[in-house]
Amino acid sequence: MIEEVFRAEHGRAVAVLVRAFGDIDVAEDAVQDAFAEAVRRWPVEGTPPSPAGWVITTARNKAIDRVRREAARAGKQAQAAMVDEGGPVEVGTVQDERLRLIFTCCHPALGLQARVALTLRLLGGLTTAEIARAFLVPEKTMAQRLVRAKGKIRDARIPYRVPEEGDLPGRLSGVLAVVYLVFNQGYGGRDELAAEAIRLGRVLHELMPDEPEVLGLLALMLLIESRKAARMVDGELVLLGEQDRGLWDRGLVREGQALVRRCLEIGRPGPYQIQAAVNAVHSAAATAGDTRWGQILRLYDQLMVVAPSPVVALNRAVAVAEVEGPGAALGLVDGLDLGRYHLFHAIRADLLRRLGRDEEAAEAYGRALERTDNPAEMTFLEKRLLSLRP
Amino acid sequence: MKLYLLNMIQPVGDPPPPEVLEKVMADIFEIRRDLELEESWVFGHGLHGPEASTMVRLRDDEVIATDGPWAEGKEHIGGITIIQVEDLDAALKIAARFVKATGLPMEVRPFHGEV
Repeated sequence: MIEEVFRAEHGRAVAVLVRAFGDIDVAEDAVQDAFAEAVRRWPVEGTPPSPAGWVITTARNKAIDRVRREAARAGKQAQAAMVDEGGPVEVGTVQDERLRLIFTCCHPALGLQARVALTLRLLGGLTTAEIARAFLVPEKTMAQRLVRAKGKIRDARIPYRVPEEGDLPGRLSGVLAVVYLVFNQGYGGRDELAAEAIRLGRVLHELMPDEPEVLGLLALMLLIESRKAARMVDGELVLLGEQDRGLWDRGLVREGQALVRRCLEIGRPGPYQIQAAVNAVHSAAATAGDTRWGQILRLYDQLMVVAPSPVVALNRAVAVAEVEGPGAALGLVDGLDLGRYHLFHAIRADLLRRLGRDEEAAEAYGRALERTDNPAEMTFLEKRLLSLRP
Repeated sequence: MKLYLLNMIQPVGDPPPPEVLEKVMADIFEIRRDLELEESWVFGHGLHGPEASTMVRLRDDEVIATDGPWAEGKEHIGGITIIQVEDLDAALKIAARFVKATGLPMEVRPFHGEV
């Protein structure tokens, strides 16, 4: 319970304290100290009426103590006197500073790995050990990465600020990329990351309710997440077309679809919104046979205009296969320079199989197998390969 | 305020033809004027190539001077600018103007401390 409160309130508390004290380490340590005090006191005294307010108030007082102690040690009494004590904090009255914190954590001057780690640590409230485990690196490596990132924020003076209007679209897409990367890491079987990405997506949505790409990303994640139970059965990957749609989480589907509708109303499409719309079309089909592939193809056409890439072209080809047939799709796929990507070979293999070119399909499955180390995907590909052999 | 060093990274080789260089220099001059107006300008100058460099180093107890840079590279610092601005975002904005004017990449490096 105490862990849950701190996990949920970590971002808000750290953000408020960074704003007040101008130092991430002071803020982080203070929230950590407040957590230690909660562990001591809450079980004895009971949970405070406003746990969130208690966390910020206590952490702020801890930070004041620390700044005073350090000022006194350095003989800076004047500075110590300037630190304002203030009364207890009510969450509703305190400005939500999380948006500033998100933009600082996701600043382009930081490396991508550092951005991801900082966002999970400061906003998500994950411990360094948890982040290290999720990204399969030693805890020491992750700790160093965080220290280096915080050092750069301090030394290069990366601002604690929401970017100006003109810079916002570019900077926002950087933030969304970090959240989606966390989500995709979770997609590979580490559930806690997918859940954390969705939580971050919800925070962004709460803070920027009218940014269509924010809505789009949240919708995209919710719709993909809704199929979690159907996607993996007995440790084996089940493709969208073969999933038991009764296992889809209808609540998440409804929420995702509602967000997609809201995006359409706003009428400023972007890459996340279009991908979310593709997923919404899948979610709307009662059976795989009911899927409106023509609509999906039109969305991929749109995506190729807004954010063209070989991977988007590959996904578009999958829709082409359904609308125009596997032959037309194979022609498109063969023109793509994606030889290093296992899904390129898996999709090619499937198209060849459907065209009755089993030998070439087997070869392509083999190449896909060489290029993935995800056990669920490997089992899936091996099964497909075996099914080709008469 | 914080001081940042902007290093213009220049490839080894001949400079661009005069008509191109002239336009670049005019653009750089304009950036400098703007920075001076907003009191962000501290110092800036182009550098001779590494062939004009001399290295001074300690060998045992003796200081010796030798010709040339300490390592051959494909690129070198072609010029430096020191600016005084609020934070990294402000520094990056100025660097972006230089990069657009010269087409060359730029390293933005903070000095220790504040001014």
